[in-house]
Amino acid sequence: MCGIVGLFLKDDGLRPELGAMLTEMLVTMTDRGPDSAGLAVYTPGREPGQAKLTVQAADPSDFEGLDREISGVVGADVAMTVKDSHAVIGLPREMLDRGRTALRDLRPDIRVMSAGETIEIYKEVGLPGDVAKRFDIPGLQGTHGIGHSRMATESAVTTLGAHPFSTGADQCLVHNGSLSNHNSLRRKLAREGVAVETENDTEVAAAYLTREMQQGSSLGRALESGLADLDGFYTFVVGTRDGFGVVRDPIACKPAVMAETDQYVAFGSEYRALVGLPGIDIARVWEPEPATVYFWKH
Amino acid sequence: MQTFDLESMGLRDLNAALQGQGPDTNETSREVVNPRGSHALAVGLDAPLDVTVHGSTGYYCAGMNSRATIRITGSAGPGVAENMMSGTVIVEGDASQYAGATGHGGLLVIRGNASSRCGISMKGIDIVVGGDVGHMSAFMAQKGNLVICGDAGDALGDSIYEARLFLRGRAKGLGADCVEKEMRPEHLELLAGLLDRAGMNARPEDFRRYGSARGLYHFDIDNAY
Repeated sequence: MCGIVGLFLKDDGLRPELGAMLTEMLVTMTDRGPDSAGLAVYTPGREPGQAKLTVQAADPSDFEGLDREISGVVGADVAMTVKDSHAVIGLPREMLDRGRTALRDLRPDIRVMSAGETIEIYKEVGLPGDVAKRFDIPGLQGTHGIGHSRMATESAVTTLGAHPFSTGADQCLVHNGSLSNHNSLRRKLAREGVAVETENDTEVAAAYLTREMQQGSSLGRALESGLADLDGFYTFVVGTRDGFGVVRDPIACKPAVMAETDQYVAFGSEYRALVGLPGIDIARVWEPEPATVYFWKH
Repeated sequence: MQTFDLESMGLRDLNAALQGQGPDTNETSREVVNPRGSHALAVGLDAPLDVTVHGSTGYYCAGMNSRATIRITGSAGPGVAENMMSGTVIVEGDASQYAGATGHGGLLVIRGNASSRCGISMKGIDIVVGGDVGHMSAFMAQKGNLVICGDAGDALGDSIYEARLFLRGRAKGLGADCVEKEMRPEHLELLAGLLDRAGMNARPEDFRRYGSARGLYHFDIDNAY
């Protein structure tokens, strides 16, 4: 099964509520995916020119002194906020790649969940409500966000097998379904030098989209070529720094409902996920068509 | 009239109350409020009740219905009126995928659009859709009537048996072994009756009829892979 929720705000007045709204939506999808949960939240910082890495450690004591050590390597101010097993490391935008290299050298066991100007990805094994609480997601402000509750079918229940997956700077992907050609595609991508860390099928789709975009495709074009190259069942929801997209496979048996008002565009695996949103009774509610790429941008 | 609040009552108690209704009751009207997209509402009814659900429902609302009239004022999630035996189910909004799947009898009315696989494997149910239906509708449909006042998606009536399809708009494509057939007076009469029962304002003369070419009924070596 798996559950997906997504919320793209048009009304800036709702930004302080984003984390709380997303959490409420995701908790209604608990019975579609009680194994693990994750959220990608796009939270613009107050200072322009800043970027951030969201990282995860199996042992949070690995975070001790990490900001000072990275700062020493890159030669710039680094601010770190630790939240349970994750930490958000803020640094100047032009230092993002150097910071990532420094992190790999200093703490090889720490995993990068996301990198970019506004994205923060949090994911762990556990019920959506518990995961959201661990990272204080209800307290996060932001412009848009995506949540996922996982019922694992293709690979183990682990932190790294949870969604969302990063597909590049400020980009992420969540998936409901199962891909049947992920092993052959993983081998093909490996021959082209694209690394995939886990046995998870969705990570292969994320790597595929990353590769397509590195070769010059827009996200929309990459999703369209995915319709030909990815075999299996999927409803994908993707996030970018200023946008939010949805695509379903041509059979479209994985459920999807969308709602739009003057204030937001929302996605839910089921209508249940949307019932708490303001003005849902007067929203335009519809099912996205199969094999059609939908995209909204700020 | 009795009103049930799903939020305070819970699903099991609501369905038990509706299912426990004896056939001889004088007081048949029931209202359900706060459905909030919940699953399996008003399933397995077996009495001539008149149930109105105020709002939108999740998976499998009104499944296995027998004799009851169930009205949903909002939209319905996947599998509404699945395997209906008799009675009437009316969706005022849209219906998600596989509405009326495997239904043996009764009437399902969807005033808005129906999604993919509407009437899949229908076995005698009548379905009237005011808007469009999605792809693979009436897949392997065996018996009954599917009336579509709007357009149909791809592969309408794929591998159809003896169900009748009436389409006012256009089909994006017909499925294997589904062909247009002559609209004879008895079909116009049948369609007029269905439109009337569903309360749809449409002229039977504007529809085309589709059904099985019966080319898949017997083994043909040319169809083997």
